[in-house]
Amino acid sequence: MSMLVLILMLLAGGLLAWQSERIHPNLPRWTALAAVVVSLLFLLGSLPAGQSSLAVDPLAGHWIMHLKLAWMPRFGIALELAMDGLSLLLVVLTLLLGLIAIASSWAEIDFKPGLFQANLLWTLAGVCGVFLALDLFLFFLFWEVMLIPMYLLIAIWGHENKSYAAMKFFIFTQASGLLMLLAIVVLAWQGLAANGQLSFSYFDLLGLTLDPRLAWWTMLGFFLAFTVKLPAFPFHTWLPDAHTQAPTAGSVLLAGILLKTGAYGLLRFCIPLFPETSMQFAPIAMGLGVAGVIYGAVLAFAQSDFKRLVAYSSVSHMGFVLLGLYAWNQLALQGAVMQMVAHGVSTAALFMLAGALQHRLHTRDMGRMGGLWHQAPRMGACAMFFAVASLGLPGLGNFVAEFLVLLGLFAVQPYLTAVAALGLITAAVYSLWMLQQAFQGAPDEQRKMPDFDAREMFAMAAMMVALLWLGLYPQPVLDLAQPVIESLQALAPGANATVALAPGAAGSSS
Amino acid sequence: MTAMDFQALLPLLVLASGATLLMLQIAWIRNPGLTGALAAVILVLAGLSSRFAAEAAPLQVTPLLLADRYALLFCTLFCLAGAVTALLSRDYVSRGDEPEEFFLLLVLATMGACVLAYAVHVASLLLGLELLSVSLYTLIAYPNKSILPLEAAVKYLVLSGAASATALFGFALLYSATGTLGFSAIGQGLGETSTGQSVLLPAAVMIFAGLAFKLSVVPFHLWTPDVYDGAPAPVTGFLASVAKGAVFVVLLRLFLDADLFRYYRLVEVTGLLAIFSMIMGNLLALLQSNIKRMLAYSSIAHIGYLLIVLMVCTSSANRALAVEAAIYYLVAYTATTIAAFGLLTLISCDPSGRENIQLQQVSGLFWRQPLLACLMMVALLSLAGIPLTAGFIAKFYLVNAAVSGDHWVLLFSLVAGSSIGIYYYLRVIYYMTRRPEEHGAEHDTISDWQGRILSGLLIASILLLGVAPESLMQYLRAILQ
Repeated sequence: MSMLVLILMLLAGGLLAWQSERIHPNLPRWTALAAVVVSLLFLLGSLPAGQSSLAVDPLAGHWIMHLKLAWMPRFGIALELAMDGLSLLLVVLTLLLGLIAIASSWAEIDFKPGLFQANLLWTLAGVCGVFLALDLFLFFLFWEVMLIPMYLLIAIWGHENKSYAAMKFFIFTQASGLLMLLAIVVLAWQGLAANGQLSFSYFDLLGLTLDPRLAWWTMLGFFLAFTVKLPAFPFHTWLPDAHTQAPTAGSVLLAGILLKTGAYGLLRFCIPLFPETSMQFAPIAMGLGVAGVIYGAVLAFAQSDFKRLVAYSSVSHMGFVLLGLYAWNQLALQGAVMQMVAHGVSTAALFMLAGALQHRLHTRDMGRMGGLWHQAPRMGACAMFFAVASLGLPGLGNFVAEFLVLLGLFAVQPYLTAVAALGLITAAVYSLWMLQQAFQGAPDEQRKMPDFDAREMFAMAAMMVALLWLGLYPQPVLDLAQPVIESLQALAPGANATVALAPGAAGSSS
Repeated sequence: MTAMDFQALLPLLVLASGATLLMLQIAWIRNPGLTGALAAVILVLAGLSSRFAAEAAPLQVTPLLLADRYALLFCTLFCLAGAVTALLSRDYVSRGDEPEEFFLLLVLATMGACVLAYAVHVASLLLGLELLSVSLYTLIAYPNKSILPLEAAVKYLVLSGAASATALFGFALLYSATGTLGFSAIGQGLGETSTGQSVLLPAAVMIFAGLAFKLSVVPFHLWTPDVYDGAPAPVTGFLASVAKGAVFVVLLRLFLDADLFRYYRLVEVTGLLAIFSMIMGNLLALLQSNIKRMLAYSSIAHIGYLLIVLMVCTSSANRALAVEAAIYYLVAYTATTIAAFGLLTLISCDPSGRENIQLQQVSGLFWRQPLLACLMMVALLSLAGIPLTAGFIAKFYLVNAAVSGDHWVLLFSLVAGSSIGIYYYLRVIYYMTRRPEEHGAEHDTISDWQGRILSGLLIASILLLGVAPESLMQYLRAILQ
């Protein structure tokens, strides 16, 4: 029940923030902040104390919470929400980045701040729903519904080319989403043939034996929807536009959590529902992953627009997630989960930085920056930290993630690993290039810009601590995700070249 | 006729006596407000009376009409849609001279739609069709005597008349082959007859073309944008939802009762036209900057989606689900379309060019009229089939029906069509969200609180159908058993 309450709280918080604008233009920000903090505290408070000992639900031991209410019995659709370690991790990430997004929009948004914060909170609610829904219909519903507030965020508060970007973002996701709906319905009807009753519940559809050809097409429907969102090469073209044109908070949410819904979908639905087909498909998926890593990095280097550069770097980093998922062994999967979290934090920080720069300089063009370190040393230091995090400096979360992915991938596809490892070098090239262009060199003496204030420093510091923690002591995160990873490994058909390392060993490898 | 028969026909009787009452009232005192209110009351009463009629159902009343719960459900739907149209048009017609007859015509048109819902015989089909069409010719041009509505009405009169005549000729040929005009008797006759097979093909083509014209299926759609554009917005809503819905209802009944699904060629052609309509309708809608024309093309696409149902019905195992999907779709589509056109009525108030609603006119509506804009957004999202709206559940129903029959080509056309469709619905939403500094001249909107309450109720019902559709689903299943 508390999961439903969580989503409703965010929705209601949005309504409240919207209407509070009438009282005072500053109030929506505080309302939104309060709503997210209260939701976060509520979530943490409602967690059962000893998680592993509390197998509330007979379905599977590792579900922390499970809720099932009848909704549309006609189609076997239920309001089914469940939370395991992975969902918990991602929901907490969502709420934390929600706080960052609110912080980053604090001074930036003057036009209708109430509606802005409302859309922000509704996006968060939709994303939380995606991470918690275990009825495929409900999952699809959240998947689509979270688009609308995000669309409005880009379309109303975006930058110069917002209508194009918002439209492209919506159409890409919606068109691929419709294919997923088709796949979901096909799967449910196969379930009807097998179990004798129509049901959209994840647990009823797991382990269906499907005709290989049908399974292939159905799997593709899911895969396409998730890789468009991830995004994987060649479905990434919406991302640079959407990220660049979105307001800062929108970019933070897009890069930080909306991309993770794609990764989560692959991990939770696409692979477990079609294990055999996914196994056959793995080489193609890994090929797309490597292509994304290299292509994203090369294009990132070619950008002169600060936000666009970060956007393309996301394409590159999310390629590692795809690689990790389809390498399909413990290390690689751990790396993929780690990357979801670490990339969420580091990219959110970079987008917040980009937004702060744009707010101060009214440009995103790095050619017109330069020497900012002298005028805003705090910004420079933050940029430095997150740039090296993004290039994978050991000791920070991204390194652990990418290293684990490469380690796991090596056991399966050594040559691909060699190519993917180039991504680490190219990441260093574009990250340092960005830093050099924007922050070093001769400063423009006429330029006056304020440095980060306390609010912005606080947000930055929080993300720095998070990345350091993920880099130095990733074990809690890996432990949370462990049950999912184990169940996924158990699904791998046949002998899988699993690198049998104790989970503890992975943590110490950083 | 027994009392039972009268009870079963209660909605039609209420409408007929209501129309007479309206005529007398107009002859006695001319007052548009009074006539409008009276018409709305009559229509609501007729809608409610189908509850009493349902107690007598199912009952065959004369060979012409069958009062079953399928017919009565659509009677309620059409009457309520007519009542909403009457209320929405009140402001519209009050400016013309002698506008009272508008409401009389509206009641008659609704009655025609209800007759079509009851029809199980070619004679009642034609009666209903003509009652509906002839009232519509006048309704289109009546309230606003300028060039655009007049052109629309004449276009519709000529083309629709030709379509009716074509269908009539087709039925005549069918009669010559089977010697009967009842739907199920035609089905039997077709099975038995060995003579006169040569006329069956032209008969089928003519009947299908005539009805497809009324549904504006590609390639019989050319009248649609001009007529939608020219007609007053509430009438367009009525035309798009009730007039098309009624024809689809009777078409489905004809196919089911006469078991035309055994003619696989016919069903294949239907499927082909469905694909054309989905793709062409959506593609042409992309090009429109006039919102009414855009909605006209989108309605072509929606009829295309709906025609999928006829294909699914070919397999008798999936028939129940397909019919259920069709009914749900029609209910959702009617509510959404009426709401969308009702909101357009409220948005456009420039008396000289009221029929011509450009995208520019809704620019920045979110900031000028937040409530109207939010309602409009929900209506558009429902048309686009986004979750939490009735339109989504309707589309979900169709996808389920089509998957159950493995109609992959139709499904992919549905996906392709809906994906294209997103663009033009979103474009309206984008225009509505444009900031004050981005749009030019301010356009005023009507402060019609009744219209607002009505639109609000419609939107609420769209959301309700989208969030809690189970009770309607169960009701439909009960009807179809």
